[in-house]
Amino acid sequence: MRKVAVIRFPGSNCDFDTLASARRVGTDAYLVWHRDTDLQGADAVLLPGGFSYGDYLRSGAIARFSPIMQAVQRFAQEGGPVLGICNGFQILCEAGMLPGALMRNARLSFVARPVALRVEQTDTAFTNRYTQGDLLRMPVAHGEGRFAADEATLRRLEAEGRVVVRYVELDGSPLKDGAINGSLNDIAGIANPEGNVVGLMPHPDRAADPALGNTDGLGFFSSMLSWAPLKGATR
Amino acid sequence: MHYKVHVRIVPRAGLLDPQGQAVEHALTALGFREAGNVRVGKAIELSIDARSEEDARGRARAMCEKLLANPVTEDYLVEVEG
Repeated sequence: MRKVAVIRFPGSNCDFDTLASARRVGTDAYLVWHRDTDLQGADAVLLPGGFSYGDYLRSGAIARFSPIMQAVQRFAQEGGPVLGICNGFQILCEAGMLPGALMRNARLSFVARPVALRVEQTDTAFTNRYTQGDLLRMPVAHGEGRFAADEATLRRLEAEGRVVVRYVELDGSPLKDGAINGSLNDIAGIANPEGNVVGLMPHPDRAADPALGNTDGLGFFSSMLSWAPLKGATR
Repeated sequence: MHYKVHVRIVPRAGLLDPQGQAVEHALTALGFREAGNVRVGKAIELSIDARSEEDARGRARAMCEKLLANPVTEDYLVEVEG
């Protein structure tokens, strides 16, 4: 895999972090403007964090109707790897590419700090370089990151092993009292049934540069290089 | 025919509404102890070109399903001015 499209919406602000992270693992990553309709032969698509369309109406609600999102949906349906980080995760949920929704944080504050995550599922396009149970540290920065879903959806996500990363305390013990944003079951990130579409609120793109003293997030980007279903594809 | 339409969107009952809670606390602090069950949502006004009031209502509901409300977390109410 060489070509990685980073979609840029008006209001994206992690597009360059995401671009740099994808390039760091050896891809030819490039930016694609939201008005474009062509992914330019991408092997993977990354939706970066930020405040697309000023978060108007609801986070991600307007961005999902961007012209490029039709191409992204087609790409995902064909099995192409798609990662949504933070606002990108919100867009994937609004677009119905992942179930549930991201609601306003339980304690009303914008949460911007490093958190600990436990890797729960490694059979995805973006976590196959990790080991189940790995503890990762990376920052969160969001006001609307409380994962919500109806009971049936939540049960299905857990039963099918589609919770990809979960918030935990720094020592790996269960998070006390939904401390970060009040997410159901402390869910930080989920995948679709096929594992090619992944979304998470924490920022692997801000934990992927040795100069910043933390490369725990780099695995999200290197994993897409070795996603087996894609390597075997003829696309 | 143009119809003026009011769409009210509220967080689904049973889901935590931290904004509503914060406003309720503030009301209590101001002495409005009679206030309770505060929910904060959105109000959207629009005009719809439609054949009838029922048609306008139907179009507004379609807009809610597709964009204005999130079916996972929000309920909506459509009112058409006759």
